Amino acid sequence: MRFELRETRSTALMICAPVAAIAAALVLSGGLIALAGASVIEAYRFILVGAFGSRSSIAETLTRATPLILTGLAAAVAFRARLWNIGGEGQFLIGAIAVAAVGSELTAGLPSAIAIPILFVVGALGGMALMLVALGLRQGFQVDEVVSTLLLNFVALLFVSMMVEGALRDPMAFGWPQSVPVADNATLPRLMERTRLHAGLIVALLLAVVVYLIQARTVFGLQSKAAGYNAGAARFAGVPLGRTLVLVACISGGLAGLAGAIQVMGVRGNVTTDISPGFGYSGIVIAMLANLNPLGVILAACFAAIMFIGADGMSRAVGVPSFIADVTVALSLLTMLVALFFTQYRVRW
Amino acid sequence: MELIAILGSEGLWEAVLRIATPLIFGTLGALLCERAGVLNLGIEGIMAFGALIGWLAVYNGAGLWTGLAVAALSGALFGLLHAVLTVPLGLSQHVTGLGITLFASSLAYFIFRLSVQIEGSPPTIRPFQPVELGPIGDIPFLGPVLSSQTAPTYLAIAVAFVMMYVLFRTPLGLAIRMTGENPHAAEAQGVNPVRVRFACIMAGSALMAMGGAFLTLSAFNSFFPTMIQGRGWVCIALVVFASWRPGWALTGALLFALVDAYQLRLQSALEDAIPYQLFLMAPYVAAIAVLAVMARRARVPQALMKPYRRGER
Amino acid sequence: MSQPIALRLSGITRRFGETLANDDISLSLRRGEVLALLGENGAGKTTLMSILFGHYSADRGTVEVEGRALPPGNPRAAIEAGVGMVHQHFSLAENLTVLENVMTGTERLWRPRAGMAAARRKLMSLAERFALRVDPDRRVGDLSVGEQQRVEILKALYNQARILILDEPTAVLTPPEARHLYQTLRGMARDGVSLIFISHKLHEVMEAADRVVVLRRGRVVAERRPAETSKEELAELMVGRRITRPVRAPATPGDVVVEARNLSVRRRGATGLHDVSFTLRAGETLGIVGVSGNGQSTLGQVMSGVVAPGAGALTILGRRITRADVPALVRAGVGRIAEDRNHEGVVGELTLWENATLERIGSRRFSRLGVIDRAAARDYTQKVIEGFDVRGGGPDHRTQLLSGGNMQKLILGRNLIDAPRVLIAAQPTRGLDEGAIAAVHARLLEARAAGAAVLLISEDLDEVINLADRIRAIVGGRLSPEIEAEEADARKLGLMMAGDWTTEGVRDAV
Repeated sequence: MRFELRETRSTALMICAPVAAIAAALVLSGGLIALAGASVIEAYRFILVGAFGSRSSIAETLTRATPLILTGLAAAVAFRARLWNIGGEGQFLIGAIAVAAVGSELTAGLPSAIAIPILFVVGALGGMALMLVALGLRQGFQVDEVVSTLLLNFVALLFVSMMVEGALRDPMAFGWPQSVPVADNATLPRLMERTRLHAGLIVALLLAVVVYLIQARTVFGLQSKAAGYNAGAARFAGVPLGRTLVLVACISGGLAGLAGAIQVMGVRGNVTTDISPGFGYSGIVIAMLANLNPLGVILAACFAAIMFIGADGMSRAVGVPSFIADVTVALSLLTMLVALFFTQYRVRW
Repeated sequence: MELIAILGSEGLWEAVLRIATPLIFGTLGALLCERAGVLNLGIEGIMAFGALIGWLAVYNGAGLWTGLAVAALSGALFGLLHAVLTVPLGLSQHVTGLGITLFASSLAYFIFRLSVQIEGSPPTIRPFQPVELGPIGDIPFLGPVLSSQTAPTYLAIAVAFVMMYVLFRTPLGLAIRMTGENPHAAEAQGVNPVRVRFACIMAGSALMAMGGAFLTLSAFNSFFPTMIQGRGWVCIALVVFASWRPGWALTGALLFALVDAYQLRLQSALEDAIPYQLFLMAPYVAAIAVLAVMARRARVPQALMKPYRRGER
Repeated sequence: MSQPIALRLSGITRRFGETLANDDISLSLRRGEVLALLGENGAGKTTLMSILFGHYSADRGTVEVEGRALPPGNPRAAIEAGVGMVHQHFSLAENLTVLENVMTGTERLWRPRAGMAAARRKLMSLAERFALRVDPDRRVGDLSVGEQQRVEILKALYNQARILILDEPTAVLTPPEARHLYQTLRGMARDGVSLIFISHKLHEVMEAADRVVVLRRGRVVAERRPAETSKEELAELMVGRRITRPVRAPATPGDVVVEARNLSVRRRGATGLHDVSFTLRAGETLGIVGVSGNGQSTLGQVMSGVVAPGAGALTILGRRITRADVPALVRAGVGRIAEDRNHEGVVGELTLWENATLERIGSRRFSRLGVIDRAAARDYTQKVIEGFDVRGGGPDHRTQLLSGGNMQKLILGRNLIDAPRVLIAAQPTRGLDEGAIAAVHARLLEARAAGAAVLLISEDLDEVINLADRIRAIVGGRLSPEIEAEEADARKLGLMMAGDWTTEGVRDAV
């Protein structure tokens, strides 16, 4: 048996890859559900019901998808330029805490139309700053950004913990470690009555389109793509590699930080150390499932959100631990990698 | 003054060896994979799974050593998965490794929730007990430090020496190093790089899982999610610090554990003056600092992260 | 020639996808014979040798060593049968010592201890017997290219190779080193070793081989003894038709457009430049010859704006160049052909239009306010494709799918279509077949005739003699004095490339 590079990559195959990958992941997770003693069909039915069964569950699924779209975009943008930003988690946290710091008092007196954009920028800047640390370590000291961003995730979490127990502690929380809440003027408007779905979804969708247009239509998009595929050739063609990487890092870190900001302003109102159930890590899976396509990220994020929200309901109904959603999402990354391989290679016997 | 007095306390050095053990296992495991040319970022998840499965085996009545062996076996299986994806398929080692980490850790939590009913405090086992050292235990300072250690700690140190010998003194070690430097050359000399990589990734992953299992079978007596807390990533950094040498890996893990044990004691000494989180950051910041200093000088295995395909260069 | 047959290949056939790399190839080698395998890139030489050595297995056909069939696809079996291979790109581990490189795989894997002392003795005795001096404890990465090749040969001999295969063994050697290598090989043949070497250099084949087998498009097309043939016949057999490379007409040099004075550049991991001075006028070609690794890469990169000039002064088209600034050079009208097509010339994963316009994508012609004008970019690419006969895909195809020759035409096209005033051509025909080489040469001559100043950096002596008006050699980052093309021949250039600048005829031009 040997693998041969395909000469052409058909679009059909590229579209099939994530579908096949998700199907394979669902089948494999089905094995685990069966192992847990539940009916597989039943469990998946409950997942769908949990995610789509009612107006409020749909809203909840979309609410969960919002930060995932943004962290997915963050990973996709960076990976396309071969910048392995695995620090979405930490950047999300820094973005969130930055918004809590600024949004509770400093912008409290401003009208929402001004306060909200300012806080978006603040969150994005927080994520950017953390990503730029990793980029600086890579450019200046040749430190692999995968390891540095992973380690910085823990630093960021501890920093948030320090803030919510220290400088930004909410005095009204009876000693519970949580940050001061952002002021009301910073709360994102609701999209649906009596649900948590907020305008952050619109922002995330718009940004996906913007990132898509940047990548497909602009000089910077082409240059960052060239730099990612072949840095030597890009340099020879006059692509400013350093500047391009810095910009990519800013966009990537900024998107992850913005995700944190939006989660605070749209859903939580304040920051606790468990504000992110792995949004940053899921973003990596989502980016890969989307094959780094910014529009694909929207769909991939919805898949992950369906799994996470649906699994909660399913868990209550049939007693399979809701961690099955994490397992499925992680598996879909592995199956997607294999599926992508077969879009590039064919097997010869 | 008190800060220096801590350095002389037996308690500190007892803790150093205990904290170092999972790092020694993990670093050696990662080092073995990388010597054969494959980065294994599955380490964090493999450690988590090893911690769970080793503990679960003992919780269900198996012996402690059986638990450790079960953990090693599970590590080898995840290693096999990583090997299949990165060696014959040649997938990105970064992304595959992260996928393994996400998969192994979520699977561990899933199995934990499935098999253990949690009411109140988490269930516990009776962990490894300190090894009786006889007369050695009477040596001042060294005696008490050593006699508070459990058998897996000595095993970890022994593995470091064995790996040192195998890598640098045996034909097998030469074949492994050649595979990590230039698999084409290895192949041309009749060494099968695919087999070498499979074997190294599986053995290395088994060591990682044993490092995780040490946490639940010796350092603590129960399992809880997020207990690995980035130890795997620290090990990846320690491999660079060690310049891919097992002796230095051992030294690095001990140094690192010293930093960690010291900061834990500083925390209690300086409780009010400085937020404890700053101390907890120390290990991660130290790992990054180590990378910043060492990454440029390190003599990286030349074929690290380069997939090997026969006849393709 | 009554020696027994050492090696016999019969009916070897191997297909890769649509291409038939080896088509029913049969040949035999006698003990103590030196056989040359001659053919262009892509003729199937390397595939054939990889099959022989077990890196690939053949779809059909057998390999017999001393009468016994080799199992297919098993390098270990090939080694044990006494076949050794010296690859063009050395198969060495830079971070291991000479001894470790040689020893790998020679002992049972599970032996509890490596027999270092015995291995060292054996290596030293081999080194002495075949006059291949090496220090067993040096790190291979610290050795010169010539020394590394010695390690490669010793590695094969250490494995008791009686049949030695060398793939393009002189590609990285200076002419004197190459001559020395062939003497060593002849000595080995007298000692009973049978040798096959792969080459596309006609003069080497004529000098060093007992017998020449010519391969074309995966088939054996002829077999000759050097005494019974000529370079011209071999060339025609190899290419399959008579191809004449175009030759330059007399130059009409204009103003000085490039001037380098005492240029020095330090590089890490590559040879830099030391005190390099030259001038280049419009409408003429300056040829720089050299053995690879002597600083020509750095020279090409500095001139292309990729690497900043260090000490000294560089003026191109009246601008003082002080830093690496590709866009400024491109704007000024400097065309640049990268030394390595795949690593610097194009990004394989991008489309043709993206590659054609990448280096000037920021100009108003192809973008406004950072947004790409895709129609303009496609039109431009279509013009390049048509004007330079690029075959294998339209503007929206992935560049990877082009053949090397067509990729090079795309690169030439994007540089020449706007009539550059200076053209930096680094190794413009490396790895191309004869037909494509002739096409590239014609384009370079056209550019010169149109008034461009051409800096031609090449390892191909014939290319430089045919195209350049003046020639210099680059050795260890220094430029030799200059000779006129009329005075140049392969022997004289060979001496210059070896660093011998005192010979008669090389006049002191500085």
